[in-house]
Amino acid sequence: MSRRQTLTVDGYYKNLKKIADFVTAAARQAGMDEDEVYAVQMAVDEACTNIIEHAYGGEGRGKIRLTCQPLPNGLQVTIHDQGRPFDPAKVPVLNPNSPAETRSPGGMGLFFIYRLMDRVEFQPSSAGENRLVLVKQRKTQP
Amino acid sequence: MEVTHKQLRRCDLVTVSGRIDAATVKQLSDVLSEIKNAGRYNIVLNMKNVTYISSAGLSELIDTQNTCKQLNRGELVLAEVPDRIMDVLKLAGLTSLFKIFTTETEAVGYF
Repeated sequence: MSRRQTLTVDGYYKNLKKIADFVTAAARQAGMDEDEVYAVQMAVDEACTNIIEHAYGGEGRGKIRLTCQPLPNGLQVTIHDQGRPFDPAKVPVLNPNSPAETRSPGGMGLFFIYRLMDRVEFQPSSAGENRLVLVKQRKTQP
Repeated sequence: MEVTHKQLRRCDLVTVSGRIDAATVKQLSDVLSEIKNAGRYNIVLNMKNVTYISSAGLSELIDTQNTCKQLNRGELVLAEVPDRIMDVLKLAGLTSLFKIFTTETEAVGYF
């Protein structure tokens, strides 16, 4: 099993690609198949986009720190920011059965995060830092 | 991400490749807006070489479709959608919003 890895970037959308490359490499090292790698990439991308847009209220207002921790049966990604605390209960999550033309972008990112990951935990802000823990389990052993 | 645009006789063909995320979606949005602002609403989006799309990209497709379909003046259709991107459209329940063609020729021929 590979070791824990950390990446810190400034909260700009242009850094989403760097974040995607980082978690993609970590997911592959954790023995995930390409469907699982894509799921991790997408959930993390949506979470970091939400941090820049909502927690920081725009680009260039704070940093995002990601930690990838291989687990015996998958991968845990923890995302840290110092923006406004996020309460997922206050955001309506998209209903995929609602009329498609009425979709709002807000709830769609959160919907993907919940659908693609096996565990999603928004941890209360402490010492000015928010933490989001995402866990994806491997379907098969490497 | 790269976006190219070609005006055809009965529709506009837009070809996009690479990642469509919150950083790159504006490039696509600008091209689609230019077409709509010129009063043309029949659009084919070839997604053959799209490697990733996030909710930011999906929102742009929904907005464009809603604008094109207003007053029955046109439609956005998708062509050559990779399996991975199709999975995302299905997961979000969006496949009913777009006609999806296997080839670009079929999509252009629809108009």
